[in-house]
Amino acid sequence: MHAAARSPRPAPPLFLPVGDQALSVQLSDRIDPDANARVIALAADLKADPCPGIVETVPTYRALLVRYDPTVIRGAALEEILAERLRRPAPEAAEGRLWRVPVHYGGPAALDLEALAEMKGMDPAALAALHAAPEYRVAMIGFAPGFAYLDGLDARLHAPRLPVPRQSVPAGAIGIGGQQASVNSVASPSGWRYIGATPMRLFDPDRDPAVLLTAGDRIRFEPVDFAMFLRLGARAEAGSPLITPEVEA
Amino acid sequence: MIEILRPAPLMTVQDRGRIGLRHAGVSPSGPMDAPALALANALVGNDPGAAGVEFAIGGAVLQAHAACRIAVTGGTFPLRIGGEARAPNQSHRVMAGQRIEIGIGGDAAWGYLGVSGGVDAPVVMGARAMHLRSGLGAPLAAGDELPLGPQVPGRTLAPFRPLPGRGEGPIRVVLGPQADSFSAEVIAHFLSQPFTVSHERDRMAMLLDGPSLPAAKGHDIVSDGTVAGSVQVPGSGRPLVLMAEGQTTGGYPKIATVIGADLPRLAQVPTGRAVRFHAVPRAMAEALWVAHLDALARTLHPLKVTIARRG
Repeated sequence: MHAAARSPRPAPPLFLPVGDQALSVQLSDRIDPDANARVIALAADLKADPCPGIVETVPTYRALLVRYDPTVIRGAALEEILAERLRRPAPEAAEGRLWRVPVHYGGPAALDLEALAEMKGMDPAALAALHAAPEYRVAMIGFAPGFAYLDGLDARLHAPRLPVPRQSVPAGAIGIGGQQASVNSVASPSGWRYIGATPMRLFDPDRDPAVLLTAGDRIRFEPVDFAMFLRLGARAEAGSPLITPEVEA
Repeated sequence: MIEILRPAPLMTVQDRGRIGLRHAGVSPSGPMDAPALALANALVGNDPGAAGVEFAIGGAVLQAHAACRIAVTGGTFPLRIGGEARAPNQSHRVMAGQRIEIGIGGDAAWGYLGVSGGVDAPVVMGARAMHLRSGLGAPLAAGDELPLGPQVPGRTLAPFRPLPGRGEGPIRVVLGPQADSFSAEVIAHFLSQPFTVSHERDRMAMLLDGPSLPAAKGHDIVSDGTVAGSVQVPGSGRPLVLMAEGQTTGGYPKIATVIGADLPRLAQVPTGRAVRFHAVPRAMAEALWVAHLDALARTLHPLKVTIARRG
């Protein structure tokens, strides 16, 4: 880290105030799957054994945002409770739900498939196979409703963001940004690189639940051809969920 | 039903918003100035969570197709009903067929039209609030019709005391969570220099002009959670304050968070006006929030009592 020499940072967890109604429990200052797992475990612990005054929690890569009601509990008292919760023995790492997500590597959303394959000196099919090989974990949901940030991208596919972001990338597009993979939930501007699309709808406000994935879920991408992509897309359009989790948490 | 003949900018239906969905990437939406919507609702006899109409700047014309009561709050927006001037921040009867004209209000950025019965817009994910960024609704346009909830007879009302915390004075913040990304000198600039509210503002964020706030540790952090009031500083060095539709996570360092008691006041600062920031300890900010809720209740409660007693 470029600024590490300036002053030694206190060891995590750090409790950082986020105004008068939220605080951040920071377990690491970098993208770290272990810290992410502990963040998700702390959120699960607070859900299973609620602490009065906590309104909601938001798991992110390396920190848990905790929103609270100051008429019930003050931040200083909450920090003590959260510190105590973190000292509890780590629960058995809960297996997140496993989703098999159909992806077509190609089609109109594969805006960067060819260029990225060329940059990496491989053909697009090999790139797709590399992308579909690992099991990914949903590290966090953020940026937009249902937008899933995935851990587990093969290092050979890490790629810098585009110098100029695109104005709009379609919902369902499968992206790569730095060392992260993503599944887009709504059409939005983005500087990430896109290699395909899933017909699944991660966000559908008329469905319950509107947002399909949760931090801690696991994903396996299943390549499908364009004809299957279109068939599944038509089913999704008609309101079919397409898939249910293979393993319930 | 009320018909929009001419919309004001960024005119949307808002209730208290979607609470508890940040983990799914959904910010609450809801009003930019929650106390002003609560006052509009109280004046027309609604629950505080009822849906009303939010708008920017003013300049709207609507037509009531049924008798109802209305109140326009948020600032001193000139109001005409059936061509006759009426006071803002009070409730008024509107007859079927009458026009409601809301003029430009110079002293506030956001106005609220409360309607008796509430706007009976569809409930999506637990709220009627439009969330433009998530594609939940689009700004109201000419010809749009707003269905109203059931009408109960009631009197017209004026508040006994104004909304709390509307005075001048700096916007108070709690430093952090990434204040350590900035040098002491930059934080001193943030807390001593005026910033101007730029025209780049919407329901998602307000961009501020002023001294540049370079981050000593760089402007990219590993994305973490944000709240309404988060003061993010991207690579441009120009701070932006996240508002009702702000994204739920962000990758820019956050130098400070605007306290809950002052966020509605910041939202209402007219474009081009200067603001100053003042840091307070978290414990004080929490006490100010509790006091803010108490003061708001003291403004709204007498209206409810009056309506309950005299109908």
